[in-house]
Amino acid sequence: MIDQNLPVTEEELHAYVDGELAPDRRAAVETWLASHPEDAARVAQWRAQADAIRARFGMLASEPVPARFDLDNLARGAPSWRGAAAAAVVLAFLTGGVVGWMAHGASAAAPSRFATFTAQALEAHKVYVVEVRHPVEVTGGERPHLVQWLSKRLDYELQIPNLEPSGLKLVGGRLLPGPFGPAAFCMYEGPSGERFTIYYARTDSPQTAMRYREGDRFAALYWVERGLAYVVSGPPERERLLSIAQAAYDQIDKGTQAK
Amino acid sequence: MGGFREGIEAAVPALRRYARALTRNRELADDLVQDTLVRALRSEHLFHGGDIRSWLYTILTNLNRNRLRALARRPALQAIEDNDAADVAGPEAGARDIERALASLVEDQRSALLLVVLEGLSYREVAQVQGVPIGTVMSRLARARLQIKAYLDGERPALRRIK
Repeated sequence: MIDQNLPVTEEELHAYVDGELAPDRRAAVETWLASHPEDAARVAQWRAQADAIRARFGMLASEPVPARFDLDNLARGAPSWRGAAAAAVVLAFLTGGVVGWMAHGASAAAPSRFATFTAQALEAHKVYVVEVRHPVEVTGGERPHLVQWLSKRLDYELQIPNLEPSGLKLVGGRLLPGPFGPAAFCMYEGPSGERFTIYYARTDSPQTAMRYREGDRFAALYWVERGLAYVVSGPPERERLLSIAQAAYDQIDKGTQAK
Repeated sequence: MGGFREGIEAAVPALRRYARALTRNRELADDLVQDTLVRALRSEHLFHGGDIRSWLYTILTNLNRNRLRALARRPALQAIEDNDAADVAGPEAGARDIERALASLVEDQRSALLLVVLEGLSYREVAQVQGVPIGTVMSRLARARLQIKAYLDGERPALRRIK
């Protein structure tokens, strides 16, 4: 029982544009628009806005979905470090403790920190893992000195995890020029000579979840925690790299909390 | 519960689209989507039927709101970027204009408009996602459209001078 002659409200105009109008009012709105050019112009503007939004963002839904959204992996990763990292991020949101969201935004114009650090770390990884005689500047036998030296240069108390439970011996570490200051770089070696590295650099990026990036010969996992970016690189075996990164993450986390 | 996983999987492309439009930042958007998926997978027991897509939009919208709340506590911070238009169809002026116009909206208005216009949700679904009455959704939409028009009318000449 809707009166076809009722004046059309602005709400109805929106509903008309959005296909939400009851069929019995559609005709009334159309008649109204024919004799109310200002309203007709508004309707046309709203439609043009919607078209522009769809033109700008619509095709993003047909992009291939990157591997990081693989549900099996997300589900599997969730209970352990990914869960912890996600919880930490959520906690950080809640407490307002996320440092550098601003910087995150501001720096997005340049290649992302993720891309920059990961590229740097992989570059260093490629250069030094093939090095036989001088892969590091300070050897793993001098761990306390290594920790002290690198911490001093980065002005950050670094944790150099013990990965022997994962079958990796610390070869040693070196200082590297990073994109935004000095970076630290530690190398580990497995039983069949395979090498993994951890790259550390100070950052004002906010805490992040771990991200995985895989190339032809190497893969890397990146995360940020308490102002330090970590990139764990190694052979492109996702599961192994993940478990090593998790071991490193857990130790670093524990070590930092103990302080 | 295969249907649950499949329902989530099917929604991922649309979620990425929505998150991108909402944040206008690829990395931030994908982080939001990933956190949404992880949370959804962990909360399967909390999902009592209904539209999975709407439920995912709800999680994502809330996560983003938390993010912005954390931001808001910092003085004079703005997390607005308009830099990744370049990956689509070149720096086309129209695309940039609409992006900037969206950036000028209040979050709830932007979310309401995008859910309706880009994601094709009904007013009722948007009301559920945002946890407000339908009337509020409609007024958010109206204000969003008014603001976009004002922005486009006012900013177009200025834009030419910037870029």
